[in-house]
Amino acid sequence: MSIRARRRTILGFLSPAVLALALIGIAPLLYAFWTSLHFFNLTKLRHVEFIGLENYGTVLGDPVFWEAMGRTFTLLLIALPLQIALGLGIALILHRPGLGFLKTLTRLSLVLPMATTYAVVGLLGQVMFNLKYGVVNQLIGFLGIAPVNWIGDPLNAFAMIIFWDVWQWTPFVALVLLAGLATVPGEVEEAAQLETRNWWTVLRHVQLPFLIPGLVAVLILRTADTLKLFDMVFTLTRGGPGSATELISLMIQRVGFRAFDQGLASAQAIILLIITIILAQAYIRLFYKEV
Amino acid sequence: MAAAPGTRRAAVIQIALMAAVILFCVFPFYWMVTTSLKTQVLALESPPVWVFEPTLANYRSVLTEDGVGRTLVNSLIVAVSTTALAIALGLPAAYALARFEFRGKKDLWFWFITNRMISPIVLALPLFLIVRKLGMLDSKLTLILIYLTFNLPIVIWICTDQFRSIPVELDEAASLEGASHWRVFRSICLPLAMPGVAVSAIFAFIFSWNELMFALVLTRNAAKTAPAMAVSFMEGYNLPYGKIMATSTLIVIPVLIFALIASRHLVRGLTMGAVK
Repeated sequence: MSIRARRRTILGFLSPAVLALALIGIAPLLYAFWTSLHFFNLTKLRHVEFIGLENYGTVLGDPVFWEAMGRTFTLLLIALPLQIALGLGIALILHRPGLGFLKTLTRLSLVLPMATTYAVVGLLGQVMFNLKYGVVNQLIGFLGIAPVNWIGDPLNAFAMIIFWDVWQWTPFVALVLLAGLATVPGEVEEAAQLETRNWWTVLRHVQLPFLIPGLVAVLILRTADTLKLFDMVFTLTRGGPGSATELISLMIQRVGFRAFDQGLASAQAIILLIITIILAQAYIRLFYKEV
Repeated sequence: MAAAPGTRRAAVIQIALMAAVILFCVFPFYWMVTTSLKTQVLALESPPVWVFEPTLANYRSVLTEDGVGRTLVNSLIVAVSTTALAIALGLPAAYALARFEFRGKKDLWFWFITNRMISPIVLALPLFLIVRKLGMLDSKLTLILIYLTFNLPIVIWICTDQFRSIPVELDEAASLEGASHWRVFRSICLPLAMPGVAVSAIFAFIFSWNELMFALVLTRNAAKTAPAMAVSFMEGYNLPYGKIMATSTLIVIPVLIFALIASRHLVRGLTMGAVK
């Protein structure tokens, strides 16, 4: 086949998808960049004015932006170690031989939280963590703990967000690590287990090297997902009380759609986009060597 | 094989821990469903009651009075259409990525991964302005098109992987017989790629069905999807807990079924193939 015919074939296969992506995925980002260079308020649309990088200067000097970033990474730094510790525990339990049926049942249960509509997780949170009618306060009451005002107290509300993030994504970490454990060659593992009865030694010296790729994937994806996190928190607390649970995506949504400052929100969004691109680059370098 | 006392104890611990994991994962769903079967008076019992006479009244009232049924239909139309469109556009592209070498391939992959990670608010801001200017707010078509931003990458990614697993020799043999690339794609590779197509369709459906940000920003009434509807129950004091949980149950059941069907592929899909 001639080079031109070949090129035409490739183009024919690719162009529908690429055109669609360019139109709905890339054009809006360019428009967001344009917006970010303007004073652009939804209530003052007659006064759209080019102001250069001023919005970016405002964002970078804005404590509200940095506080939202800080909260987002605080959530990540608390939730992720919990998810990894619990997930690793679950993976090790499921990796032990025997108990086929119960194991299948556990695996299937693990699938449920991560498929659940994020907005529904937030609604569930409202119902279960309610001060008066919530089952969580009833359950901790059995342990002799007084009812906790989860939704109305800044610190407790943040703890509640951590709880739901851990509930929804520990299963994901567990299944990723379980897949990693399955890549350890059987003979090596058995030899190590004959050598020592200490599971920690086996984990550290035999299994851990095989878990590293999964852990790195979890680290990058959980970082990206926490920067994305919106639905669950929005339905659960709307970022409140005050701004106690206002993560970065919620803050941008508020500035753009409730304070109507599209210019400023776009500048914030572009900064978030840059962080995402860095994460995506790292992910590609680490996992798609053949591409 | 007789188990030593030590291993028997270990097995008991293992069973107990697995039961705890199952309970942890499933309990919120149990609570959701039981609350949805309570009357408002029962739902506002403090402390909550565990044993009661269940009623379907909440389901009746959300479906007939509150129009949740209509929003579920909207969600279904949007999710099915965008999935079909993503597959129609994505399959040829996936085939090209699996079979041809060309410049820009790396950039395409980069774009997919970025889309897996990007916060929806980044796209929602400009899309709101564009859609408003085009007069396409509150339209199902708008959502169907916009959901391609996350559905196309997932379909293309999973199907590329699937096409790669089909031996190239099949293509070559058919080409020698005089079949065009399009013909090879349609008659030889596509039927063999069906498992991947099914998995990617399930993924696209789940993501579209669960989506909230775009639905919240771009729909008002006519095109409102079920998650956006559920959120709108959350206004005011004395929330209608039974109704909210009934709506939640209706939203969650289809995705949970699909997720269980595709459970073996879930991790691979969520990590874009980094974890097999």
